Amino acid sequence: MLADTVLVVMWLGLMCYALFAGADFGAGLWDLVAGGSRRGRPQRALIEHAIGPVWEANHVWLIFVLVMLWSAFPEVFAAVMSTLYLPLTLTALGIIARGAAFAFRKASTELWQQRLFGGCFATSSVITPFFLGAVAGGVASGRVPSGLAAGSTVTSWINPTSMLGGVLAVVTCAHLAAVYLCADAARGGGPEMVRAFRLRALVSGLVAGGVALVGIAVLDADAPRLFHGLTHRALPLVVLSAVAGVAGLLLLLRSLWGWARAAAALAVALILWAWGVAQYPLVLEPDLTVARAAAPPSVLAAVLIVFLAGALLLIPSLGWLYTLFQHPKTGAAAGAEEAR
Amino acid sequence: MPAVDQYPWQPAAAVVRDWLAGPATSGDLSAARAQMGFSLAWHIILACLGVGLPLLTLIAEWWGVRTGDPSYRLLARRWARAMGVLFAVGAVSGTILSFEMGLLWPGLMGRYGQVIGLPFAIEGIAFFIEAIFLGIYLYAWDRLPPRIHMLTAVPIIVAGIASAFFVVCANAWMNEPHGFTVRDGRVVDVDPLAAMFNPASPPQTVHMILAALMVAAFLTASVYAVALLRGRTDRYHRAGFFIPFILGAVVSPVQLVVGDWIARFVADHQPIKLAAMEGVFTTSSHVPITLGGIAGDHGIKYGLEIPNGLSLLVGFSPNTVIEGLNQVPPALRPPVTGTHLSFDLMVLGGLFLLGLGVWLLLAWWRTRRRGETDPLARRGTRLFLWLASLSGLASVVSLECGWVVTEEGRQPWVVQGILSVRDAVNPAPGLMIGLWLLLAVYAAMTVATVYVLRRLAGERPVPVAPQEADVTGYPVT
Repeated sequence: MLADTVLVVMWLGLMCYALFAGADFGAGLWDLVAGGSRRGRPQRALIEHAIGPVWEANHVWLIFVLVMLWSAFPEVFAAVMSTLYLPLTLTALGIIARGAAFAFRKASTELWQQRLFGGCFATSSVITPFFLGAVAGGVASGRVPSGLAAGSTVTSWINPTSMLGGVLAVVTCAHLAAVYLCADAARGGGPEMVRAFRLRALVSGLVAGGVALVGIAVLDADAPRLFHGLTHRALPLVVLSAVAGVAGLLLLLRSLWGWARAAAALAVALILWAWGVAQYPLVLEPDLTVARAAAPPSVLAAVLIVFLAGALLLIPSLGWLYTLFQHPKTGAAAGAEEAR
Repeated sequence: MPAVDQYPWQPAAAVVRDWLAGPATSGDLSAARAQMGFSLAWHIILACLGVGLPLLTLIAEWWGVRTGDPSYRLLARRWARAMGVLFAVGAVSGTILSFEMGLLWPGLMGRYGQVIGLPFAIEGIAFFIEAIFLGIYLYAWDRLPPRIHMLTAVPIIVAGIASAFFVVCANAWMNEPHGFTVRDGRVVDVDPLAAMFNPASPPQTVHMILAALMVAAFLTASVYAVALLRGRTDRYHRAGFFIPFILGAVVSPVQLVVGDWIARFVADHQPIKLAAMEGVFTTSSHVPITLGGIAGDHGIKYGLEIPNGLSLLVGFSPNTVIEGLNQVPPALRPPVTGTHLSFDLMVLGGLFLLGLGVWLLLAWWRTRRRGETDPLARRGTRLFLWLASLSGLASVVSLECGWVVTEEGRQPWVVQGILSVRDAVNPAPGLMIGLWLLLAVYAAMTVATVYVLRRLAGERPVPVAPQEADVTGYPVT
């Protein structure tokens, strides 16, 4: 029971990482395809403005998940990290390149530097979610057995389900980012920008749906156990996710940006929960279940208490961070600034 | 002669294939240690700046707002810009470490991740708070009234110090493993609080937090010492020098006392580490302190000896018996030369920084006594500034050496007396690939970080980001 609670909290962290940091990665993809340095400038400015203050906080969700995993399910952490060390090393390097290059671009003023760092930022924004998706595919298709480096270092992540996971992650991130950016564009980017991001959101949403449809066939052939779970116990979540995804597209067409954000986020979140429900209670092949993989209750309780206490600090702080930059400057603050 | 080299990339492909197909080698252990060591050595500097820079920036901003002096506010904004870059780089290089815990040392994490998970969990929360309020502090300069804006720096400082505390608690546990029992080869009776607050935590955490403040302070001060040497002696550069330098000078003597504390702790709890630090090969009384030198077969060669020194320091009597490396078989001894020289170099660096602080104090005292106002107008100032411009380097060298002492001095154990590095390392083949990739990426990141920071410092006039309009007009020489 305690182990299940910790697992749910960890999955919530994973969901937040996908919904918030995923959108930051997706914004990097749109940065990559925004066009030449003159034509793409307004879009890149909007992207930088939108993710600048929040990406580091969003990134911390990943650390949250890693720490939860090694504290509460140490054997799982060790097995996943040791078998999948190649894609995870590439993920780590992608994370370095993305974060550092984004900060460097912001701090540089010359075009060639902005191009260099911007290219690095944008490329790694695509690479990182791809490898993370590949890792998820390796775990979900049962290619990571328990034990240290017990799985294949190659086929554990170069396989159909991993490739599906990688592509789906990239497309989903792109879709989330485009939908989120519609609202940012509506607030301060002008109608042309709104049209541009709405088109991107619609196209990426359709592509994501297409990939998911192809994915049904892939999973049927490559990951029968996961497929069975998704089509039986987790079926309601899968269907709901599809409905939310379609609804999000319709809301985009009607320019209801806030609702579209919520629908797109719901669609992505439900897929993650569907994966969890489909695989539960098995964590790793051949027979490592949640209960058996969990750390002793003393550890689980301590970790839960820390995160509940932390949540009391974090939720209001995050709320402030997200809302502070979603509104134009208030007159009072601007006046105070002038008085300095 | 098999026809394998048909394509130019085939030799490389074959190398990769062999790496991945074959069993892990001892080279892989070395690669894992090198990778962990390198990425930690890199991150630790950023982490120190993350602890100290927000404090320095807040002091400058507070003083600037209080007095209305634009030079302090300009300093605060420039430091905040540098902080934005450094924090981003520190955040990602820190994330890599949490990956590497599993990628390189699954044998450690799979068994003991549960035992040391708690401090990491709390550190994660603290890091979250840091990231959130850093976003607010850096980007809401023009959205919040000054008083509120300064208050948003407080959580960054508190959380930064807390992060350092909890991460070092986890490291202290590796030196003093508590809070669990190994029964029938399984880890049971896990008490996360006892593991976190192990006996090594108090001295190690205090030592590290003070070191972080010193590194941030002296690194920043040395930048402005160079500027002062070059004749840029306006208020802006003087403030940029004095704020951090005084902080560092205040912390240094405290660090001397804490350093003594932790050395005594190591003498009591990790005698073999102390033996490696001081180059004591044989258990005996009347042990001298040996400065410098390299390890021979039976003792330190070419070192400078202070008779009875170590016995006196540890037990206040020349008759105090110090345990030597001969207490354990050779396979369980840490490498002596590296540990010993690192320890000496760390102490030397600390004493150098302490001396600089005393020098400034004396100069200030004499200036006051003569009714003058400027301690930098005295004779000898150029030599002082020249040495002060090396203080950043000295603090970083001390930091890295201290870290080498605590890690090398524990070898071959990753968890003292419980788990060796050989049993902790990832058994997968080809860890060397990760090392080379990481070295390449870090080399690029180092070059870019230094380059960007230099550009940020050199930009004149200060770039007119909207929030910086009110201090742009301030003339900087």
